[in-house]
Amino acid sequence: METAIEVRDLVVVRGKREVLHGISALIPRGSVTGLLGPSGSGKTTLMRAIVGVQIVKSGTVTVLGDPAGTARLRRRVGYLTQAPSVYADLTVRENARYFASLYGLGAVEADRAVVDVGLGDAARQLVGTLSEGQRSRASLACALVSNPDVLILDEPTVGQDPVLRDELWARFNALAAQGSTLLVSSHVMDEAGRCGQLLLIREGRLIAEDTPDGIRAAAGVQDLDEAFLRLIRAQDRTATTADGGR
Amino acid sequence: MSPRILLSTTGRIVHQLRHDRRTLALMLAVPVLLLTVLYFMFQGDTPPPGIPSTFDRIGLIMLGIFPFVIMFLITSIAMLRERTTGTLERLLTTPLGKLDLLFGYGIAFGLMAAIQAAVAAAAAYWLFDLTTAGSTGLVIMIAIANAVLGVALGLFCSAFARTEFQAVQFMPVVVFPQILLCGLFVARDAMAGWLQAISDVLPMTYAVEALQEVGAHRDPTGAMWRDVAVVAGCVLVALVLAAATLRRRSG
Repeated sequence: METAIEVRDLVVVRGKREVLHGISALIPRGSVTGLLGPSGSGKTTLMRAIVGVQIVKSGTVTVLGDPAGTARLRRRVGYLTQAPSVYADLTVRENARYFASLYGLGAVEADRAVVDVGLGDAARQLVGTLSEGQRSRASLACALVSNPDVLILDEPTVGQDPVLRDELWARFNALAAQGSTLLVSSHVMDEAGRCGQLLLIREGRLIAEDTPDGIRAAAGVQDLDEAFLRLIRAQDRTATTADGGR
Repeated sequence: MSPRILLSTTGRIVHQLRHDRRTLALMLAVPVLLLTVLYFMFQGDTPPPGIPSTFDRIGLIMLGIFPFVIMFLITSIAMLRERTTGTLERLLTTPLGKLDLLFGYGIAFGLMAAIQAAVAAAAAYWLFDLTTAGSTGLVIMIAIANAVLGVALGLFCSAFARTEFQAVQFMPVVVFPQILLCGLFVARDAMAGWLQAISDVLPMTYAVEALQEVGAHRDPTGAMWRDVAVVAGCVLVALVLAAATLRRRSG
């Protein structure tokens, strides 16, 4: 399968702390890849490095053949930050139309993106007056509006109701089927099953990179939550044995 | 830079202001209210013939100071919001150029300043009988240049503030010395040499001098155009410095 994103030996230091310790991963084109791990594990930092807004200490990140953050990629990569980054003093529609205009797109595309995230009825509302979940969907609409080749979505489904979450995941998979590459972070394991591929990250290290079925087989259980727990325990045991042997 | 993105960014900033009716009302009403106070403060003041009245002298300078102060404050808060809410980081991952954003602010707030200056000047000339030898148009032009200077300095200074509390502290730091030393309180040639030297490097000094030129001469003078050029130069320098504070990558 063709690779959309290649991360090689990525080391990131934030403040005085090393938060990513040499991560390598391949993300195939036209897929939904789940980035899973507890909060503070380095998910956001890895995503920022892929978007090209993170200063990295060493290692490389290549997106669609170009180094991450290259000017050319700004048209092709969409980024949803974890905290909704939209203008609170504009309406949902005005936000979407502004971000659409940055890509040379018009009101039609913007309004469609608003409807796609289920905010059609709230389009004329000021973002500042929306609920937390609605605000994060407004932000998502602004990331989807340009229909980018690569979409980096940092916890897009947090605080959404189950029906809506289901619809959003269906949309992510539909986008992947059309050839987009999505990297979606989450700390809810029940979303893992909807991804084509999973990256499990913990304390700045990648501890698993496989399909959901591959991970189930490796751990020997059906439940992904349980599977991850076993993988983490297994890794901790190896680490302890290694330390004890010294 | 792209004209299309610049235009839509300008439009976006104007839309944001339009939703904030109270800010708009304050922007237009406050200068007029302050001019009113100033007018009545100096009402009993009757200078000998040939000397401009105190209101003519101070009111004229105020027409240049209001837009500078207000636009500086509004811009530094607006830009700080872009930084703290994550919209700036997001914008910098899109095809938007740094200058699209900075000029967008300059144009949007410059437009607001034009309306503000027109309202304040209308009140000064019609209600309070402000008299200047030169034309009202020039006064408004200088007021707008001063507003854009406030915008440019606000864009730059916002980079050094992490919170709104810090941002508003830049007003006494950046704005007050310029008001004290621009020649409003003490004529510049009556100041101690070192104060005059500081005054020489503060951009507002030139805006005030330009206004005084319009006040005293029927036709635009060379000194006035030179002063306006200095203010414009300071705007450019501040915008370039502001662009340097916009980093696409951070730690």
